[in-house]
Amino acid sequence: MKRVRLGAGAGYAGDRIEPAVEIAAHGDVQYLMFECLAERTIALAQQARRHDPAQGYDPLLDARMRAVLPVARANGVRILSNMGAANPVAAAEAVVRIARDLGLRGLKVVAVEGDDVLHLLDPSRTRLEETGVSLQDLGTRVISANAYLGAEPMIEALAAGADVVITGRVADPSLFVAPLVHEFGWAPDDWTHLGRATAVGHLLECAGQITGGYFADPGRRDVPGLERLGFPIAEVAGDGTALITKVAGSGGRIDPATCTEQLLYEVFDPARYVTPDVVADFSGVTFTQDGPDRVLVAGAAGWPRPAALKVSVGYADGHFGEGQISYAGPGAVARGRLALDIVAGRLRLTGLEADELRFDLIGVDALHGAAAAGGRADPAEVRARVIGRTATAAAAKRIGDEVETLYTNGPAGGGGVMKSCREIIGVGSTYLPRSCVRATLRHFEA
Amino acid sequence: MKLYDIAHSRTGDKGDTSTVSVIVYDPADFPRLDAWLTADRVAAHFAGIIDGPVDRYRLPALGALNFVLHHALGGGVTRSLRLDQHGKSLSSWLLDLDLPESG
Repeated sequence: MKRVRLGAGAGYAGDRIEPAVEIAAHGDVQYLMFECLAERTIALAQQARRHDPAQGYDPLLDARMRAVLPVARANGVRILSNMGAANPVAAAEAVVRIARDLGLRGLKVVAVEGDDVLHLLDPSRTRLEETGVSLQDLGTRVISANAYLGAEPMIEALAAGADVVITGRVADPSLFVAPLVHEFGWAPDDWTHLGRATAVGHLLECAGQITGGYFADPGRRDVPGLERLGFPIAEVAGDGTALITKVAGSGGRIDPATCTEQLLYEVFDPARYVTPDVVADFSGVTFTQDGPDRVLVAGAAGWPRPAALKVSVGYADGHFGEGQISYAGPGAVARGRLALDIVAGRLRLTGLEADELRFDLIGVDALHGAAAAGGRADPAEVRARVIGRTATAAAAKRIGDEVETLYTNGPAGGGGVMKSCREIIGVGSTYLPRSCVRATLRHFEA
Repeated sequence: MKLYDIAHSRTGDKGDTSTVSVIVYDPADFPRLDAWLTADRVAAHFAGIIDGPVDRYRLPALGALNFVLHHALGGGVTRSLRLDQHGKSLSSWLLDLDLPESG
């Protein structure tokens, strides 16, 4: 029976590069996917593109492609990635340049465009789902609007012979659905197989998060070799069932426990996982251990795809200002609290205009509030943290400045001040009818 | 005994919503988890951290419960003032729940 082997080369934009090279070299895969685009990343990329029309794609694209392309080419491994971010065409051109540098003549690269839908939205009638605010009210603060495309344009690119497919905003699992549909020829309304392919894609999209990354708890859940964690490989059969494994000798572990955590990761109702391709149903999924670091996946299903595509809108949303300072030894908690009180008083006295302020003692209550602090022993050291959201960069900067003045104006023994100020990119959602959004392909050859 | 002793957990995030899975190590513990770890109990444990309701989904074949915590991330990953903007630490905090010895 025909089987298709897929690998995950990255689970987020900053991910390690070596595990992808390892899969391309030793994974016996036909396809390698790099999922590198978060909600916030694409708005940042849109800003970069505004400043320089040649930019707006993933900053690590160059390093990843230089490392992976030669071995992928040698082994006939085709690559799909959303590293195009806000500028898939510039990214595809960069891949072509790199391929030529490396002497990889004839490499076919396809860019998928059409996810940028800002021009399709009516500002007066488009409201963000989360806040109800209209794009018209946001005005010039709106940076970007990108629709989540599905697998279809990537399937078309693969049919046209692409060795590398570079997209902007596509649904993460769709990167994996595309090669499976291309290989097995499932119909666009074959919801069961699309649901199964989406389960495979969802399991692999975060790369190391299914091979033992983000899982270890020493003594309770030990994971060997995390410093050289292997990324996942799925061997998928024509019926959509799959074996999840990794390159022999790489670090990590794969078992039903790691697989179950990843299956539910970022999922709301497991019976209705909505993507542009299908409404996948994970409620009947089963995992069966089939040897060391080998898990069989079966039982996913699917329902008709949604009529509307989700659109992610990025907008300028003010500024963060932050400052931190540390206290140690006897009375550290009390001195840390005094430090926070002093900064709060200073910001009041000087009339800081902030939309929201927060005061934390890291090591005591920064993560889970007062409930977490109750009845526990005093820590040996604490870090006082003040952060606020302001309309202007100048106001944001003052927060860190006030923390810094604690050096000579605050409690005893404060040290290690760090302060920062950064722009906030807000992200909201809206929807567009599927028929409004047209994906297009641009073909390049090295 | 803590929930930590019988289960593991992972959090994910979508906008201002956190998802928290709870998965038993031993399938024999699932009925006990299922009966005891209600949405209300999870909401009470996260009081002061989350501002919205909690949904609960069951996956008996996987020995898992999936919780969806609405308005749990201080306005969402990109604008939250929280140190843990993604709510990644919520899973470990849930496992700190004291579990009754029997039942």
